[in-house]
Amino acid sequence: MSKALPITASEPTVAPQPRRSEGPTVELRALDQLWFQVAGTVCNLRCRHCFISCSPENHSHWFMSRDEVAGHLETSIRWGVKEYYFTGGEPFMNRDMMGILGDALALGPVTVLTNATLLPTRTVEGLRRLARTSPYTLELRVSIDGVTAEMNDEIRGAGTFDRALDAVGRLVAVGLLPIITTMQTWADDRNDEVLRSFRSVLAGVGYVRPRLKILPPLRIGAEARRDRPYNGVELVDRDMMTGYPEELLLCSGARLVTASGVWACPILLDYPSARLGDTLDEAATRPAVLAEQACFTCWTHGAICSNLPGFAADPA
Amino acid sequence: MSPGTSTRIEPGVRRLAAFGGVYSNHLALEAAIADAESRGADAMICLGDLGAFGPHPDKVFPVLEAHGIPVVKGNYDDSIARGLDDCQCGYTDPRDNYYARLSYRYTFDRTSPQNRAWMGELPDALRFRLGDLEVLACHGSPRRTNEFLWESTTPTHFLDKLTRDSGSDVILGTHTGIHWAREWDACAPTKGYPIGASGAPGASRRAFVNVGALGRPANDGRQEVWYALLEAEGRELSVQFVPVAYDHEALASEMRSEELPEEFVETILTGWWTTCLEILPGKERAAGRW
Repeated sequence: MSKALPITASEPTVAPQPRRSEGPTVELRALDQLWFQVAGTVCNLRCRHCFISCSPENHSHWFMSRDEVAGHLETSIRWGVKEYYFTGGEPFMNRDMMGILGDALALGPVTVLTNATLLPTRTVEGLRRLARTSPYTLELRVSIDGVTAEMNDEIRGAGTFDRALDAVGRLVAVGLLPIITTMQTWADDRNDEVLRSFRSVLAGVGYVRPRLKILPPLRIGAEARRDRPYNGVELVDRDMMTGYPEELLLCSGARLVTASGVWACPILLDYPSARLGDTLDEAATRPAVLAEQACFTCWTHGAICSNLPGFAADPA
Repeated sequence: MSPGTSTRIEPGVRRLAAFGGVYSNHLALEAAIADAESRGADAMICLGDLGAFGPHPDKVFPVLEAHGIPVVKGNYDDSIARGLDDCQCGYTDPRDNYYARLSYRYTFDRTSPQNRAWMGELPDALRFRLGDLEVLACHGSPRRTNEFLWESTTPTHFLDKLTRDSGSDVILGTHTGIHWAREWDACAPTKGYPIGASGAPGASRRAFVNVGALGRPANDGRQEVWYALLEAEGRELSVQFVPVAYDHEALASEMRSEELPEEFVETILTGWWTTCLEILPGKERAAGRW
């Protein structure tokens, strides 16, 4: 097993917004999703909409080692976890990533949230092997934020559209069907047009009938500066939880483990209010507090971070 | 008509035929019942989703009644009974949603008020003994009617939790439409294996069986549909997935007469799913044509 990068930490590059509400609390119903901040806040890109402002310089959360991840995986068995998610930063900047994925895929289904700019043929071949040998599904969620290089690169950086699209082509060619994730930066009435364009662009790299996921903006971190921050009324208060199905909220069925503690959800990494403990056992027994304005987006749209509306996100 | 089906599996049953989503495929249901009877099944059970996809939803009810088959409520049955806006499958893909809504509206409009009311009274789960095993039969999972339990997204330790929480040895479900089964030892819930494979025998054995669906093929390029035949000897369980050939061309004709989408007919004729693909995990999606 290779060693993780040395652990260093520096000040966050973007100060979190102040806590805006005491907020109602949400108990964990079941630990269905275990998220890993496997690359900390370190990313090879500096996307202008990143809700935790990841970048090459943002070392406020550091990489997790394979051993650290393995420890949490062991704990997850006892909790009956259903799905594993790996995020960052850019997960494929973690030099242990393939080993980590192998460990997780021995236990359950895995989803990796990636910008797909670090997926050369060799890595794609490794992913194909992992997917083929595991009984569980390996999902790659590839972020592409526009249907043209101009639209995407304005947000994600020069050249990223072509690099991500090329990687999508390589993934599809080996039978991995990525979920293309895009943050909605257009008006609702353009949805059909944008989706049509996405399908056309993806068909160009061999991806016919692609899996697409559109996310609403999270108005924190860099996105608060790119577009706008939340306004004063965009908060969840106790009255808003009356009669509300809590299972819609990610924190009712998930926890995020990092190299420096366990959080209620992956969105709130910059917020101390969301840090629920040092260990998974501790954090799983403590309620989450809907104290931050980003909770308003989850309250409005449901657990947007999940691949699908599943148990934790399905009101039935 | 008010179907007079049984609401329980009688004690002493050893060989059980379990049917998943019927989706209005009355021809496949009749064929599966005949097949199960020919294989000496002591009892039959249906795990819900009686309507959807196929033609003439009311044709399914008299078949269930004639054979006294107990039925568990599916998400589709719940939606139709309560007059909800959709089937609760949670699609967000516009294409999947278009077909799901079309199918739902067709089924709702052609299900009699009596049958709708009857579906509303169906149990969310049935518990019974098969041999010496405690079985819980549900539609999706014991905790939620519309929870998808695909083979590639369901860890064995998660299944172990479901059996622990529900106090059962064996859980039967459907909802996904693709059959699979896994067995494990409760004392080592990370190692699952196909039922019948070697493992530590004994009282701690647990199993999950997704019994498949009668309503449409299993996205495997075959026209047959599938059900599960379970047999218990004491605490030893065996599971056989049975392909059912039926007059799928007659069903396709009925669907066309009813002006149901040609995409649905294509699935019946080819065995490949053409709609509702969004819910498929990558592994199962990659195994299909679309």
